[in-house]
Amino acid sequence: MFENKSGILLIGGLGFFLFSFLSNGLVPILMYRDLPEQTAEEVVNENILYQFEDLSVRYPESFQAAFGEPTLANCAEALRVGRKIYIGEGCWHCHSQFVRPVSNESARWGPVSKTQEYQNELQRPVMFGTRRVGPDLSREGGRRGNDWHAVHFFDPKSVSTGSPMPRYTWFYDGAPDKPTRRGLALITYVQWLGSWLESYPDYEDYVPIETMMENPLD
Amino acid sequence: MMNTSPESAANDTQNLPHHEDLVDERLVCWYFVVALVYMGISFVGGLLMALQLVQWNPEPAELLSPGRWRMIHTNAIAYGFITNCFLGALHWAIPRLTLKTVLDRRLSYFIFFAWQVVVVSTVVGILLGQAQGVEWGETPVWIDPLALVGLALVAVNFLAPILQCKGPLYVSLWYFMAAFIWTFLTYAMGNFLPEYFVSGTSGGAIAGLFIHDLVGLFVTPLAWGLMYYFVPILLQKPIWSHGLSLVGFWGLAFFYPLNGIHHFLYTPIPMFLQYGAIISTIAVEMVVTTVIINFFGTLWGSGRALVTNLPIRWFYTGMVLYFVTCTQCAMQVTLTFQKLIHFTDWVVGHAHLVMFGVFTLWFFGMMTYLFPRLLRQPWYSYRLCEWHYWLSFGGILVMFLDLTFAGLFQGYYWASLQPWDASLDGSYPFWMIRLFAGLTIITGQFCFVVNLWKTWRLSRSPVTQTEAVTATATA
Ligand code: HEC
Repeated sequence: MFENKSGILLIGGLGFFLFSFLSNGLVPILMYRDLPEQTAEEVVNENILYQFEDLSVRYPESFQAAFGEPTLANCAEALRVGRKIYIGEGCWHCHSQFVRPVSNESARWGPVSKTQEYQNELQRPVMFGTRRVGPDLSREGGRRGNDWHAVHFFDPKSVSTGSPMPRYTWFYDGAPDKPTRRGLALITYVQWLGSWLESYPDYEDYVPIETMMENPLD
Repeated sequence: MMNTSPESAANDTQNLPHHEDLVDERLVCWYFVVALVYMGISFVGGLLMALQLVQWNPEPAELLSPGRWRMIHTNAIAYGFITNCFLGALHWAIPRLTLKTVLDRRLSYFIFFAWQVVVVSTVVGILLGQAQGVEWGETPVWIDPLALVGLALVAVNFLAPILQCKGPLYVSLWYFMAAFIWTFLTYAMGNFLPEYFVSGTSGGAIAGLFIHDLVGLFVTPLAWGLMYYFVPILLQKPIWSHGLSLVGFWGLAFFYPLNGIHHFLYTPIPMFLQYGAIISTIAVEMVVTTVIINFFGTLWGSGRALVTNLPIRWFYTGMVLYFVTCTQCAMQVTLTFQKLIHFTDWVVGHAHLVMFGVFTLWFFGMMTYLFPRLLRQPWYSYRLCEWHYWLSFGGILVMFLDLTFAGLFQGYYWASLQPWDASLDGSYPFWMIRLFAGLTIITGQFCFVVNLWKTWRLSRSPVTQTEAVTATATA
């Protein structure tokens, strides 16, 4: 059995693979079956609508051309486009979207991430991320104004000295105050992150450094 | 006897099929050459990201977006370089091991071209910003079905000769057979479920399985299978212990697929699943140790080959680094280490160590051994072969150590709640060293390509006599 073809193909090849899929893949699916996936429309909330309207006021011409009116449906559309850009540009290889319960992360970024935050269309595939060159973004929404983001994406160094984040000039018509549809969508997406939380917008707590350094990894 | 070196029997007997009838050498050669081209493309991606981090970045341009090129970097390596190397080496090894041709030569050529279409579309698709949001599976969604068909054809083409074999199978073939099934299933699972069916946390669990299975059930078994083939041939003796070969194979088959979730520790994925993945990972490292022991047992008594036989040196260097990777893995998978090193450059160092330091070194060993045979021409310069080895090995060693330390520093910067910029400033010297380590590696490959080019030219010239050093990498 250990050296013959059917043993290797059926037990090793198929059997063990299926076992791992059932135990590691199917179990969480079954555990979370009571949390149905929400659509982009369903995750549009007051906070993000406020930001979306703010964009329409700040960049009226670009906004009009890109999305027309700041309605809920258009906001959902912007979120979908923004998410595609976030993936296509590989933002998720430099930024994570989950706050871990260790290493003082909740002091820096707010509440530890929970499953229900991810049960929506915009997290399929989930954007946990793998590397933090830049900070976690899952509570980024509302921490900065729309124009800060507009300037930052156009030229990160101009608001964050020495930033190694790439410039995304192709989301603009030549100047930071002229974001295109893609630029507006990306800003909307980033402002949405964490907008569903009580703590929105999330700012770091003040904790005396001595307390922090007692056991930095916990 | 399964332990005898597979080819020795074939050479003495007259009425067995001839090498020329079994192996399509041109195809093997083509696969290796395109693999090297994709490696070049991948280097462009790695270089652009490295330059971005040290801020020697070129003027921003959409088609030079470092984020996009970072994904090209990994995908060109996985699907362009590694996959093509495998297909080339398998077209050599499987017919020689089974003494039967692949299912159909025309199918082989069809697969060759179809796969290049897959890889080129992947690169172009990512360049145009159409990446899919699954790590290592960024291949745009519209290419996935084609790639899956390609993998199925590969399996059919290679399984045909293996399944026709009578009697016990050699170890390499166990790995190959299982790998064809696993690769197909893994690709299907990872590219379709998280994209279309499973969102959020449970999708993350599946993406984790995919990331890991791609390394563990596609690259690892094919690569070890080839080691079980090439090492005994080059050392001209059987593998040390058949029992350990069995333990190695079945241990990998059982434990490796259970590791996936360890990529997402401390996420909202249920904790008991995280513990399960951690324990299985540590089990894999024990299995790996048995495989390493088996190969060093084989080397025992022939240690000089490490000096005189360049392919063997490539192989065993890779194995030592494999052991390092796996030891590192057993540590970094624990929650204690995860607190500190998750999301840092430590992980990037780990990925480079296994992808370049192990598998790529093995491919270079195979190429160093096979090119003179395919071209019927000894290497143009043995010295360039040595340079290739030392620059590659030195480069990856420095890069690995550098990124590992960078990761430790980054972890402490973050945990100590200093402003984010502090971690960037602290990373800067490490990123600079990494850039130069990368350039060293690239220089090494440059030596290799020049050497290959010159060797090819010689093989084409009517004058067979050459001034060049004739020593080949042959034992
Ligand atoms: C090379 C890695 C890299 C890539 C790629 C990258 N970033 Fe960043 N990002 C950084 C770094 C480093 C910082 C911190 C310095 C700064 O503020 O510019 C940062 C900061 C940010 C911030 C500000 C966080 C804050 O509040 O301080 C946002 C928002 C952001 N990035 C979004 C994005 C988006 C969206 C993309 C993709 C279009 C992206 N980043 C791509 C590295 C990257």
